This record gives sequence, structure tokens and C-alpha cells, in this order.
Amino acid sequence: MILPAALLPAVFFWIFAVICVASAVMVITARNPVHSVLFLILAFVNASGLFMLLGAEFLAMILIVVYVGAVAVLFLFVVMMLDVDFTELRQGFLNYLPIGIPIGIIFAVELVLVVFAWAFAPDASSAVAAPPPPDMTNTEALGRLLYTRYVYFFEAAGVVLLIAMIGAIVLTLRHKVNVRRQNVRAQVARTPATAIEIRQVRPGQGI
Amino acid sequence: MYQAIVFLPLLGCLIAGLISLVGARARFPGADPAAGAENSTHDLGPHTGGGAPSPHGAHAAIAHPTSEPTAHDDHAAHEPAAMGSLPAEVVTTTFLFIAMVLAWIAFVRVGFFHEDARIPLLPFIFAGDLKVDWALRVDTLTAVMLVVVTTVSALVHLYSIGYMAEDPYRPRFFSYLSLFTFAMLMLVTADNLVQLFFGWEGVGLASYLLIGFWYHKPEANAAAIKAFVVNRIGDFGFALGIFAVFWATGAIDLDTIFAQAPALAGKTIHYLGHDLDTLTVICVLLFMGAMGKSAQFLLHTWLPDAMEGPTPVSALIHAATMVTAGVFMVARLSPLFELAPHAQALVTGVGAMTAFFAATVGLVQNDIKRIVAYSTCSQLGYMFVAMGVGAYSVGMFHLFTHAFFKALLFLGSGSVITAMHHEQDIRKMGGLKDRIPFTHAMMFIGTLALTGFPLTAGAFSKDAIIKAAFVSQNPVAPFAFAATVIAAALTAFYSWRLIFKTFWGAPNDREHYQAAHESPKVMLIPLAVLAVGSILAGYVFNDLFTGHGVEEFFGASLKFAPGNHVLERLETVGWQIELLPVVMMLLGLGVAYLFYRRRPDLPVALARWNPALYRFLLNKWYFDELYDAIFVRPTIWLGRLLWRGGDGWLIDGFGPDGVSARVLDVTRNVIRMQTGYLYHYAFAMLIGAAFFITLFTWWGH
Amino acid sequence: MAIGLGHYLTVGAILFTLGIFGIFLNRKNVIIILMSIELILLAVNINLVAFSSFLHDLVGQVFALLVLTVAAAETAIGLAILAVFFRNRGSIAVEDINLMKG
Repeated sequence: MILPAALLPAVFFWIFAVICVASAVMVITARNPVHSVLFLILAFVNASGLFMLLGAEFLAMILIVVYVGAVAVLFLFVVMMLDVDFTELRQGFLNYLPIGIPIGIIFAVELVLVVFAWAFAPDASSAVAAPPPPDMTNTEALGRLLYTRYVYFFEAAGVVLLIAMIGAIVLTLRHKVNVRRQNVRAQVARTPATAIEIRQVRPGQGI
Repeated sequence: MYQAIVFLPLLGCLIAGLISLVGARARFPGADPAAGAENSTHDLGPHTGGGAPSPHGAHAAIAHPTSEPTAHDDHAAHEPAAMGSLPAEVVTTTFLFIAMVLAWIAFVRVGFFHEDARIPLLPFIFAGDLKVDWALRVDTLTAVMLVVVTTVSALVHLYSIGYMAEDPYRPRFFSYLSLFTFAMLMLVTADNLVQLFFGWEGVGLASYLLIGFWYHKPEANAAAIKAFVVNRIGDFGFALGIFAVFWATGAIDLDTIFAQAPALAGKTIHYLGHDLDTLTVICVLLFMGAMGKSAQFLLHTWLPDAMEGPTPVSALIHAATMVTAGVFMVARLSPLFELAPHAQALVTGVGAMTAFFAATVGLVQNDIKRIVAYSTCSQLGYMFVAMGVGAYSVGMFHLFTHAFFKALLFLGSGSVITAMHHEQDIRKMGGLKDRIPFTHAMMFIGTLALTGFPLTAGAFSKDAIIKAAFVSQNPVAPFAFAATVIAAALTAFYSWRLIFKTFWGAPNDREHYQAAHESPKVMLIPLAVLAVGSILAGYVFNDLFTGHGVEEFFGASLKFAPGNHVLERLETVGWQIELLPVVMMLLGLGVAYLFYRRRPDLPVALARWNPALYRFLLNKWYFDELYDAIFVRPTIWLGRLLWRGGDGWLIDGFGPDGVSARVLDVTRNVIRMQTGYLYHYAFAMLIGAAFFITLFTWWGH
Repeated sequence: MAIGLGHYLTVGAILFTLGIFGIFLNRKNVIIILMSIELILLAVNINLVAFSSFLHDLVGQVFALLVLTVAAAETAIGLAILAVFFRNRGSIAVEDINLMKG
């Protein structure tokens, strides 16, 4: 059936939202960790759809590329690498439900209450920090903003990533004992005194 | 010059002290002195003689040496002598001799040429209206004491060079001796009560250090502490007296006090609902200090035990100087005492009781030093009798002469002890006059003086006291007269008993007798000097102290109230009273001769006839046991209660220990919340976040 | 019906709650915890972008971008730690991770 054009955003919103929430539930309740990761990926993809609907297409794409393409895949790798025996793990789930459910409900209800009971201040629009310039794609607008006014944060984010990279390597690096490696410093610092020995050889005698 | 007299001993003390410290460091570089080097079985000097098997009062817990002292023959030092001993000895003794010469010069200048002086030294107290300086007050009374102190101290220093020749810690000893001399000189030259108290405390400190000089002996430590504590009781009264003086007059320097004293007569202090006469209260409190320092009846228990110290110490401190500080103080404060007749009565009464009591105890003692110690106690009682009846100069006279002959007797005893290789029990002696004739002669002269043989120094002063007690109108005077007369007989008895048992008759211990030898010259010269003084001091100075020369000689340093005619009436006593002391002395001499030369069985029979009395006297009227039961045990009980119960259970329990225990309890329960499971923690965070959100939603700020 | 800011925020709230639940409701393994954290961060991002969109303020998207960056870095480190932990302890069952027990 053909839906009126004005309804399309709402339809897509509901599709994306419901699947996102459902897959989030499955993330935490799936028995198989690999399934959990896959559902996480699904959640990310749907969130990306939601971003599209909000007009933040750059961020939506980035979500796919970074979150799904890198982070979720990393999760997958680790889950598979760790080779966890998941059959024996299931007990105790219900221990916390009696107190967890009420708390969760309290949380959700309050969050929703807040959302629908409050309204924007009348002069909120004048306090906008960075209104998007017209006639520009979202990407270009973001770029203009990010590399000029928020360039320090950008640099800092880069540093954070660098640190993370170094940290990950440092944490997991293992020197295998039987793998040979070159120690360039030792090589360069070698002097003739320790490396060479000069012998006087008589002709025909050999060493 | 006066500064030199007072501060040369201090300089000597510091030099000797420095030498001893340097020597100690050299001997034990950076380590504790080896504990095993000295233990109480080593004999570092004359140990407690047999004497009375008396428990040491407050320290009955300490093991008492066997009552039969064993003879020690070896003179070999157990340790090498301290380095620098000779310079220490020489320097301190030289300084003292210089001070002595200067003191005699001062005596002449002040006494005869009346060049009184007041020399300010340093500022002392600046507090509100109270402005007091360290100052030296030199008048005749001071000059007399300067002479006594420096002379006896110089001679004791000289004597100690010989007596302590084998002691490995000589620099320390001489340092303490000079320290004591300095403190005593500060006391007698004090211009204000606080400075006097400084000297007072200083001599107490030096006494403690010197009694406990051989600190490896537990008895010496106990005796030193006992001396200090009993002194402290007196000092407490003294301090209260000083406070009372300040409260009443607003000043503590003597000139101001004396000027204000007449105005205080008749004023009262309202205390606990009673109106007490101000001057009487002041004088009684101050006299309490004198009772402690001069070992009067009730606060006397420390003096016999103080014989644990080396003999020169006994001679200097417990015969001639420190114990006379109380007497001096009463004389110095004569303007106050003259206005408080009740206090004077107390002084007389206590003095008389002491004179009698000490003489009775001295009758049966067997340790040579203890006999002389009780004799000292008794003679101090005499001095206080004189002070109490208003004859201050007579009391000072006896102080002056007593210093000579008592020091002589002590130093002579020391010579005997050295000759007998540290044996102090007179029952083990006998016949020594053939082996140590010079010492015997000196002790003989000293005994003559002590017992009041006519023409010796002691006779003049002691007889003057007995006469003063007779003529006085003090309500206690009759009792004082009776007590002093009887004590005179007893004094003669025990003094001659000592001589007879020590020097005459057959030797009781052949070994010691054969080994006895005369002391070196450095010990005998002081004896000779003191003997000369014992003989001449009386006759030469009689008029100045008791006769018509008193007023001119003492001038303003002693105050005699207008109604005080004791001195004038001294000459009005009849010949019976004049001869009475001599009669008593001969009586004592005769009985002693009978008991110990002719019929040695009599004293034994006498003791057996009334063993209770004998033991009563032997155990010093059971004062140590009495004090132990009344004061020491309850104090220890209270202390233990407060320590275990108060400090341990209450304060520690509710304070640090209790708090820490409760903290541990609480944490033990809190620890259960730290399970280590991250999701527990996250859950806790979640609950907290939920709580806060709820809070802010419903009661938002 | 018009999809307003509130709807997006509600979605974010639910995701957030689910993430929180995931942290302590799971007994399986630690990776679930890490994934729940990702969910929480995602919820925050949705929130930021929704506001950015409805307030016409690009700052929200910039912030979301930075959050994304940090989330990625944190995930990397977290997984590295996990890998080392597994290497040393041999198990990632949540019940066994109680070394902080005091």
C-alpha cells in the first residue's frame, strides 16, 4: 500500500526504533555471545537509521563505519577468540530481577516523565552555539565547524585514539621466547674492539 | 669578688662535667655502657654496713644486702679510671680553695668592716608589677655561711682526691660536688625567695646525684630517690610559703618583704572558714621546707639512708651544708619569724623533738656512718631550738661550729672505713688506735667537740643553746630545755661508744685489723684543719655570736624583736645551769666507758632485758615502716588503680583503644559489602542514581 | 503523527536503561558488560543528535562525534584488558572476577 509521504518519516522511525530496542534486549539476553554481538550490530545499524531521520547523515555513516565496521567486529573477534564455554552459565540471572525490575521501571518512567513534562525555554533558540549554515550538506557544515572552532577537541580526540592504540599494544604484547628479533641499538653500538679480532697469520699456517 | 666566690664552683662543675662527658664518650663510643660491667655484686665502695637490718622504708621491694657484710680485700679498680680524672680533681679543688680564701676575706670585710653589699647580676622576673633580679645579697649572715660552705667544701674536695682515688668516675663526682657547692652558695647569697628556692632545689638535686653516685647499687638509687621525695614534701610546703608571702606582700625580694612584715602582723588569711594569722601561716609553711631539707622529726627518714653515698658526700652535704640550709633559711627570715610566735613555738618543739629522737636512735646503731648521721640530725634539732626561741645568732654559732666537728667526724669515719677496707660495722672494729693513730686523734678531738667538752667549739655553742632554751619564754621552751639536756647526755654516750668500740679495746676482726693502714696525706690534711677549727672556732667567735658582739657583728642581717631578750639573759643563768651540760656530758662519757671498756656484758644484758625497746630504737622508732604503711602502700595502690583502671580501662578503653576496636568492628561489617564483583558495584551505583533522580524529580531544587 | 523530540529521547532512555540492566543482570561473561556500555553510549549519542536536530545546533553532532571516538578507544582498551585477563586467569565468567574482594 502506498503511505502518504508525510507519514513516511513516522513509519521509518517506528521501524527503526522498535527493532533497535528489541535487538538491545536481545543483546543482553542472548545465550550465545556471538548472537549478542550480532544483535549489537543490528542495534547500531538501526540507530544509524534514526540518525539519518534526524538529518545527521554524516554521523549515521560514521556510525556504520566505525561502530559496526570496527568496534563491533572487534567484539566479534574477541568473543570468538576467547572460546568461552557458554553452556554452564545461566544461573543466577533471576536473583536480581526482583529488585532490578522495579529500579529499571523507575528509571525508565522517570526519564520519560522528564522528557514529556519539560519544554524548551522560549529563548533557547537564541542560545544556539553553532547553527548550521544554509545550503550546505551536513558533512560540509560539520567539517567547517569541526576544523575551525573545535579543532582542539578534534586534536585531543586524535591523541586519545593514539593513546588507546599504544595502550592496547602495550597490554597485550607478548615476547615469545623463541622468536628471534633484531636489537638495532646493539647492532649499531657494536665496536670493533668486541666484534673483531685480528690475528697475525703466518703464510701457510692457517688459524 | 662575690661573683667569683659563687661562680667559681660552677665553672669547676662545668669543666669537670665536660671532662666526664668526653671521657664517657671515649669509653663507650656510640653504645650503651656495658650492662655487665657493673652489677650490684661488684663493690665500688663502702657498701651498706651491717647496722640496723632496716627495710628501706619506701623501697622494701628492693633486695637488701646481707646484714653481715663480707670483707673485700681487693683494692684493684674494677674499671680503669676515667680519663681526665686528674685535671678534673685539680681544677675543681683549686677553684674551691680560691673561693674559700675569698670567702674568708669577705667574712672579715663584712663582719668586721661592715661592707655589706647587694650585687645585681641579671634580670630575672618581669611580670606585671613584679620586677625581680638575680642578685647576690652579702651581709654577715651570708658571710658566715659563705665561710662554712666554701671551707668545708674545699676540704672535702681535697679529701675526695684521696678517698675516691680508685673510683673510675671521678670527674663526675667532682663535677657534682662543685655543682652542689654552687647551688648552696646561690642559696645563701639569694636576695629573693625564688632565687633561694633555686638554690634550695639545686642542693636537693645535687644531693640526689651524689647519694646515688654509685648508681649500680640499687640501695643507692633507692636512697637517692627517698631523699629527693622526702625533700620534695618539704619543698612543697616551702613553695606554698613563698606563694603566701607573695600573696600577702606582693613581692618576693627580701628587702621588700622585711619592710612590709610589720604591717602584716595581725592580718589574717581566711581559709576554709577559719581566719588564720598570716605571718604564722607563712612561717609554718616555710618551716615545712626547713623540716624536709634539714631532716627534722617526721621528715627525717631520708638522712640515714643518704649514707649510701660516698663518705665525702655525707660530710659535705649531710653534715655541714645542705642540711643547714633550713637553719640558715629560718635565720634569714628572722624578721618574719620574730612576728609569728606560734610558728616559733612550732620550730622549737620540732627541733627539740628531733634532738631527743635522733639521739635515742643513735644509741644502738652499729654502722659508723649512721651513728654520725643521727648525731647530725640531733644537732640540727639543737639549732632549730635556738632559732625557735629567738636566739638566731646562737643557732648560727652552733651551725658554724657543728660544720667543723661534724665534717671532721664524717671524714674521720671515712678514713676509718678506708683503713678497714670498706668495713663500716663498728662491731667488727676495735683496737684501731694503734694502727691509725692520727685518725684516732682527729676523731677524738671531734668527739670532744661534739659532746661539748669544755673549751672546745661545741661546748660554747651547745651550752649556749641549752641556756637559751632555759631562759626563753617560749611556751615550748621547758620541753626544749629538758629535751636538749637529755640529748646532751645521750650524745655523749653514743659518741664515746663509737670511739671505744672503733678504736679501743681488742680488735674484733683480726684480718682487718692487721690490714688497717693510715690514710694518705691528702685525706689527713683536711682532718687536721677541721680539728683546729673544732677546737678554736668556739673560743674565738663566742663573743661575736652569743655575747655582746652580736649586734655589731650581725647588724641588720638578723632581726631581734623588741621583746626578745634571750641573748642578754644568757648570762643571767645560774651556775647550776652553766654546769648542767658538762655534767650531762660526763654522765654519758662515764656510762659509755662503763659499758664498753669495763663491763662489756652490761649493754648486752640491757638489750636482753628489754628487747622491745632495743628493737624500737634500732628500727628508728619504726618510722620507715609507719610511713610505708600510711603513705607508700596507699599511694602505690592508688597509682596502680589509676593506671590499670583509670588509664588502662577508662581512658584507653574509651579513647584510642576503644575507638580503634569499634572502628575494626564497623569495618568488618562494611567489608562484607565489598564483594569484588563489579556488577554488584554497578548495581549499587544504579540504586544510588535512581535514588537521586527520584529525589530531584520530586523535590527538585 | 509527528515524531517529536520526545520520541527520540524516549528511545534513548530505553536503550540507556537496557544498557544498565545489561551490566548487572548478566552472569555470563564480561563481554556482555562491555556491550552494555556500548549501548549506553549509543543512547547518549541518540540523545545528543536528537537535540542537535531539534535545536538546529551543530554542536550536538560534534559532541556526538567525539563521544563516538572516545567510545571506540575505550572499547579497544577494554577488550585488550579482557584479553590479557583471560590469558592470565583462563575464564571470563563474571563470578570469577572478584579479586577486588575486601
